[in-house]
Amino acid sequence: MRTLPRWILLPAGLGALFVVLPLVAMAARVEWGEFGALLTSESSLSALRLSLQTSLTSAAACVLLGVPLALVLARSDARGTGLLRALVLIPLVLPPVVGGIALLYAFGRQGLLGRHLEVLGLQIAFSTTAVVLAQTFVALPFLVLSLEGALRTAGTRYEQAAASLGARPSRVLTHVTLPLVLPALLSGTVLSFARALGEFGATITFAGSLQGTTRTLPLEIYLQRESDPEAAVALSFVLMLVAIAVILLAHRRRVA
Amino acid sequence: MSLVLRAAVAEREVELDLEVADGETLALVGPNGAGKSTALSLIAGTLRPSSGSVSLDGRVLADARTWVPPHDRRITTLSPDPVLFPHLGVLGNVMFPLRAQGVPRRDARRRAEEHLAELGLSALADRRPAQLSGGQAQRVAIARALAADPRLLLLDEPMAALDIDVAPALREQLCRFLAGRTAIIVTHDVLDALALADRVAVLEQGRVVDSGASAEVLSRPRSAFAARLAGLNLVHGRWDGRRIVLEDGGSLPAASDLTPDTAALAAFRPSAVRLVEPGQGLPRTVRSLTPHGDLVRVRTEDLAADLSLQDAAARHLAPGTEVHLAVDAVDVTTYLA
Repeated sequence: MRTLPRWILLPAGLGALFVVLPLVAMAARVEWGEFGALLTSESSLSALRLSLQTSLTSAAACVLLGVPLALVLARSDARGTGLLRALVLIPLVLPPVVGGIALLYAFGRQGLLGRHLEVLGLQIAFSTTAVVLAQTFVALPFLVLSLEGALRTAGTRYEQAAASLGARPSRVLTHVTLPLVLPALLSGTVLSFARALGEFGATITFAGSLQGTTRTLPLEIYLQRESDPEAAVALSFVLMLVAIAVILLAHRRRVA
Repeated sequence: MSLVLRAAVAEREVELDLEVADGETLALVGPNGAGKSTALSLIAGTLRPSSGSVSLDGRVLADARTWVPPHDRRITTLSPDPVLFPHLGVLGNVMFPLRAQGVPRRDARRRAEEHLAELGLSALADRRPAQLSGGQAQRVAIARALAADPRLLLLDEPMAALDIDVAPALREQLCRFLAGRTAIIVTHDVLDALALADRVAVLEQGRVVDSGASAEVLSRPRSAFAARLAGLNLVHGRWDGRRIVLEDGGSLPAASDLTPDTAALAAFRPSAVRLVEPGQGLPRTVRSLTPHGDLVRVRTEDLAADLSLQDAAARHLAPGTEVHLAVDAVDVTTYLA
């Protein structure tokens, strides 16, 4: 701090205020008297339940697909690894609506894969599965990114030592590599869960907004905003609490 | 022969020819970049030879067609840094190689406890690696390496990262454990080479330039590096029947039963070197003066002399001073080049 000019505190304070002010403004509009009733209305409850279900499933899918991806990206020096990393990170910068359109052309009824799934009697678009796919698509890079960084930082010396002690590659993976990056795996999973929970654009494009089937919390909030602003604020407040909890969980180490 | 390494790594300009007999410990010495790490990598299986082969007990580990991965070689490396797994306790670390080899948990635990007891580490069994001192961690790493029961143990400067006062105790323990085991130790320390190894191989610029029994290599060095390691002056010359005639025309008195007019090497201790009057001895220029116990080590272009403080002061020695160096014939070891 001593190396910084004092005036920097002013724009820094403005920046912090800019982030906090809207949250405070929203929290101030919560109708505490009806808070419970607003949250337990049928449509709110079904959106909450669906969001929780799909986000947890997406987080699990992110772990299943993201851990192997992160391992390959961190440890492979084959040509094409850089390209693969760029491709995997695309959903991070892609507008979610575009992601939804892309998913539609892959898994929709007329889609590249969806067309064949349709023959088998499987319909993905506008189903709960579509919600999970949309959420996984946008959340996957969060897990891959945080895990790959941790794998690179951990380096390969423990893995080499383990191999030199006679451990086969699979055992090295399960008993050395993964335990060493467990904190990053957990925070990556929490981050991808949070991203899945907040997913809106890809979901509404690819899965639509059917109550109980594809209408997740963010969609419910968006729809209630016009018809029942108090319910929208109450639900938003819940999502904000979840976000704060996620930040505390994922960054606990850094703060401590 | 237990280990036979005859392999080259073209891009590092390394071409090595090494053998280690069953139960023998070989010390690899040489300046930085001489190829010691390359040799260990070739043997451990973290580097492929561009030509040649590596074999252990007659089984080919690596050649043009064969490649045995590191975990399947029964070769364990002990590096300067202990690399204990931070997520496991001390006992868990020592159990790791046993569990990896399929030893049931209870057996693995018992055997790991025995290994810890052997090294006097039983009291530390429940500690985390982060709670150990450098010397303790390195001893746990030794226990873990021994638990792996390798056919060949590679010790890569195992004492380099340790405090100078813990090294002797560790050296003594290593000495006991290496007895009867097949091992290669890379070291910069002449004491390691003498105390731990049966044979020494000197590497320079990617080649083995000298090898033999430790005492032999260190008392009759054939390379500048081995001479420096042993703390000896080494000169090349020609034995003319009475003296060693150096390339620059100077000469050293010596006693030898070599045939006259053969190329010879002569080694002598810096403490045997005297200063003499101009006209006698070998003319040299002082390059540096450093304290050396209660003596002063005077370095010239190629020779070192250990002089008493009084001698050095009386002659006003300083870098750049011309000196004349002589040594008695009885102090010079002469051998075939």
